[in-house]
Amino acid sequence: MTASGAAPGAAPGLRVDVAVPREAFDVVAAFDLPPGRVLGVVGPNGAGKSSLLAAIAGLVDARGTIALDGRDLAALPAERRGVGVVFQDLLLFPHLSVRDNVAFPQRVRLGGWRAARAAAEPWLARLDLTALADRHPGALSGGQAQRVALARALAAEPAVLLLDEPMAALDVEIRDDVRADLARHLRAFGGPAIVVSHDRADAEVLADELLVVEGGRVVQRGTLAELAAAPASPWVARFAR
Amino acid sequence: MRASASRRRPGAAVLVLAGVGLALLVLPLVALVVRAPWGELPALLASEAVLQALALSLGTAAVSTVACLVLGIPLAVLLAHAEHGAAVPRRLLRAAITIPMVLPPVIGGIALLLLLGRRGLLGQWLAEVGIALPFTTPAVVIAQTFVAMPFLVFAVEGALRSADRRSEAAADSLGASRAQVFRLVTLPLVAPGVAAGAVLCFTRALGEFGATITFAGSFPGVTRTLPIASYLAMNSDPDTAIALALVLLAVSLVVLLALRDRWLPGVAR
Repeated sequence: MTASGAAPGAAPGLRVDVAVPREAFDVVAAFDLPPGRVLGVVGPNGAGKSSLLAAIAGLVDARGTIALDGRDLAALPAERRGVGVVFQDLLLFPHLSVRDNVAFPQRVRLGGWRAARAAAEPWLARLDLTALADRHPGALSGGQAQRVALARALAAEPAVLLLDEPMAALDVEIRDDVRADLARHLRAFGGPAIVVSHDRADAEVLADELLVVEGGRVVQRGTLAELAAAPASPWVARFAR
Repeated sequence: MRASASRRRPGAAVLVLAGVGLALLVLPLVALVVRAPWGELPALLASEAVLQALALSLGTAAVSTVACLVLGIPLAVLLAHAEHGAAVPRRLLRAAITIPMVLPPVIGGIALLLLLGRRGLLGQWLAEVGIALPFTTPAVVIAQTFVAMPFLVFAVEGALRSADRRSEAAADSLGASRAQVFRLVTLPLVAPGVAAGAVLCFTRALGEFGATITFAGSFPGVTRTLPIASYLAMNSDPDTAIALALVLLAVSLVVLLALRDRWLPGVAR
């Protein structure tokens, strides 16, 4: 791998080596993720997948290293990490229109709504939200709301993108379409991206590679085919089958 | 398909009981309006006693509402925050805030006297530095604040809780500073709750009687608020009492109607 980015000699991409304290058990994980790759973090419910994401985003405390292109993020507060998150229940701002939700990241950066709204237009167009821009989140379908959450995260121009169970809030009938759409946007993103899921279809369509977390520990890493060929646990065997 | 709740009509028993319930709530007010001495109303309302009581009531209720906002919002934040803490302090805190709502106001007035009266727990110290609170206008404000604050605390706490703290986490991850999160996310989400709480607080303070007459007495122009004036007039001058009652009713209605539906408790946004 060639050195690039901020720190000389450091591999480009995301480097994570953390322990996230939780009530039942700490979540311990270490991995590297080059730019342009999508890592699927999979595992049973309660395994610590979401805790791991929250730690990378800086939303919960964690010990260890979180570095991007050799630059340490662990010491930075969430708002200065440049880590975009699409939350499981999206957490759109209910008091803001779709346009202002997507403009929000530039609103806090630029200090005014007018310029922020202008900056949001391309993202609204790219995620096919222009016609919905004046609606409020309460008036959106699940798929529409999910596109708003993605547009909002991308409009912050994050260096890293994290998605927590992106299909969980959606009706089953529309999941395949939304998933294919999401896969397209993830390819276009360009930075390291992580998708948490416990759904095999997400792993297959969205992720280049999978990291299996069970009981707070990484039990296996590999492509879906590699997991299926040599499962490291009964859960992996059932998941990858 | 989800079953539609509106399809199933309430049964006859529900309708009858609900009708009686509604009548119990509304008919006394109808009687008040019907029996009001409409012809003499302008003269009655222009009397100095009525204007004095009205001005005192509006003034003290407004000050009490401000006091409730200043003290109650932090209390609501503390209460919402305690949800994540140990159960015992949380329940004690909630109970302490609830007490004025379930306590007969007269008892509240007696308790205030025992705390702030001349020989009260704190009152004796205040007396030494020359401060006597009972039977003054500030005592009216204290009594109103005592009974009204829980309404504000619970309205704001409810708003804080439904305004999912994780919206703030989402704002963090989008680059917002702490001040920006508060101004652009927390405050707008909580504002309807604060407004609803303030209105409930104001109407409760306006109607305060028991704690006020016990702790502050009934001195014209000083502590004789509208409800007290109305009660006293009932013996000697029923027409004035009814006129005063109408004023109270009108003020309460105006305040409630001035609110949009979504700011009223129990209405989903």
